[in-house]
Amino acid sequence: MVCLAAQAWSGTVTVKGSDTMIDLAHRWAKAFTRQRPDITVQVTGGGSGPGLAALESGATDVAIASRGLTALEDQRLQAKFGEPPLAVAVARDSVSFFVNVKNPVRSLSLEQLRDIFLGDATQWAPLGGAARPLVAYTRENTSGTYAFVRARVLGDEDFAPTMQQLQGTGAVVNAVSHEPSAIGFGGTAFARQVRVLAVRIDGREVLPTPQNVASGTYPLSRELFFYLAPRPSADAAAFLEFVKSPEGQAIAGKAGFLPLS
Amino acid sequence: MAASRSTRIDRWVEWLVTAAGMTGLVALGLILVFIVREALPLLFDGDVTLGKLVLPQPWREGRAPTWLWQPLSRVPKVSVVPLIVGSVKVSAVAMALAAPMGIAAALFSSEFASPRARELLKPTIELLAGVPSVVLGFFALTVIATALQTLFDWPYRLNAAVAGVAMALAIVPIIFTITEDALRTVPNTYREASQALGATRWDTAWRIVLPAASPGVLAGLLLGFGRAIGETMIVLMASGNASVVSLQLRDPTRTLSATIAAEMGEVVSASTHTSLLYFLGVLLFVLNVGLNASVGAWARNRVLRARGAHA
Repeated sequence: MVCLAAQAWSGTVTVKGSDTMIDLAHRWAKAFTRQRPDITVQVTGGGSGPGLAALESGATDVAIASRGLTALEDQRLQAKFGEPPLAVAVARDSVSFFVNVKNPVRSLSLEQLRDIFLGDATQWAPLGGAARPLVAYTRENTSGTYAFVRARVLGDEDFAPTMQQLQGTGAVVNAVSHEPSAIGFGGTAFARQVRVLAVRIDGREVLPTPQNVASGTYPLSRELFFYLAPRPSADAAAFLEFVKSPEGQAIAGKAGFLPLS
Repeated sequence: MAASRSTRIDRWVEWLVTAAGMTGLVALGLILVFIVREALPLLFDGDVTLGKLVLPQPWREGRAPTWLWQPLSRVPKVSVVPLIVGSVKVSAVAMALAAPMGIAAALFSSEFASPRARELLKPTIELLAGVPSVVLGFFALTVIATALQTLFDWPYRLNAAVAGVAMALAIVPIIFTITEDALRTVPNTYREASQALGATRWDTAWRIVLPAASPGVLAGLLLGFGRAIGETMIVLMASGNASVVSLQLRDPTRTLSATIAAEMGEVVSASTHTSLLYFLGVLLFVLNVGLNASVGAWARNRVLRARGAHA
């Protein structure tokens, strides 16, 4: 009876957004519920864009995003809340490019990556691979990772129309691991059974190791964010405190992300 | 006294049944009204013109204009042509595979199978209809894509053919069930007369029973096509989602339904993007209803003429 009553008063925190962060958010939610069994944390994915849209419509307490706000989102959230939303960096991540393990290419420069995803480079041979046509996978266009690569690697130009869009970095990794002539990108934490490419800068090959990302040598690192209403509920604030605590950051490290130092 | 009471009950029941039947029609009408109303702001939006929807758009300096769907770029490109081509292409592949399989299975079940075989076959095929489309999509993404890749060695692993094959699995039960029911309602007198004139069982089935059941078979095919063109999860996972206009089956493709599913979560309320996605919904509706109406009318005409109704 008492348990049922306690359940009825339990708080709920809804978390929605980036597919890159969804596994990490699940781990945080599980560990947090062990500490605070009176609070349930519900985590859904869908992409950074949908998460921020849900924050604006009030459908979620916390929006997780693997990118910053666009001007339009900033404007609309300010209009909704009357002041800017609470934006907190909760972890660091690097975006890496993967190829199939059978592909002999081990590193590419940022210019070459740009050419690939703009559709200018369509063969592996000039890049050092076997004589096969190149097949490129991207995330869907609501993804924060998509927006990040478009901004940092493509200089805000559009991806070529022949890029195949898949839902979730897991799907991209799965596709690349099955296709010898494929290339894709996503959070480094997801790279399994594929080869992570080093980025060639000034003749040096830089792999996205934790040291390179922390020191800034690897150029494609980013912060992952929690966005909340300017005056969040007590439960949501408690979840945020847990995530920022040393225990929360250790969980991020174990999940393959980098804690904020 | 008893007569008027039973007439009253009759009238009530008739009214109730008619109302229940009308709810389907009313729901359809309301859905159409809602999506058209949400898509209407496009007419007044200066950014989205008919030319932008239908004609090739410039996308990069030094490149020929092309049809492209990228509503979230700096300069939004909103051609619906690649999406329509994608939807029709995948549905065509699915129908080309599912129609012969479904009709052949229905012919076998209705005309040739022993009652015990029929009792095994019919529920098994109908069980296929119970497989959720996301499971079929996952199956296509892992098993069908790998199988077609080893068989044909195409450059793209996820393409219209993979999605079409998975979609065929989804619509075979629909075509089978409706065709089989149509074949079974053909009176036995047709079969008996045909065999009395010396025709074999196959002749009877193919030349007499199937044409006699053709309105029902056509209804089944149209329903299957309607399901195929609206199917979302399978194409979202297995077709590659690249908005290119291409008639090749081995190229990836992007459909109307997958576009709505992928992008609907992002839209902040009341923006051009929202209206565009509702417009895609209207297009899907029009494609499906238009096909049903035109093919239905043509078929009815043909059948009536074949039966000698038009003297």
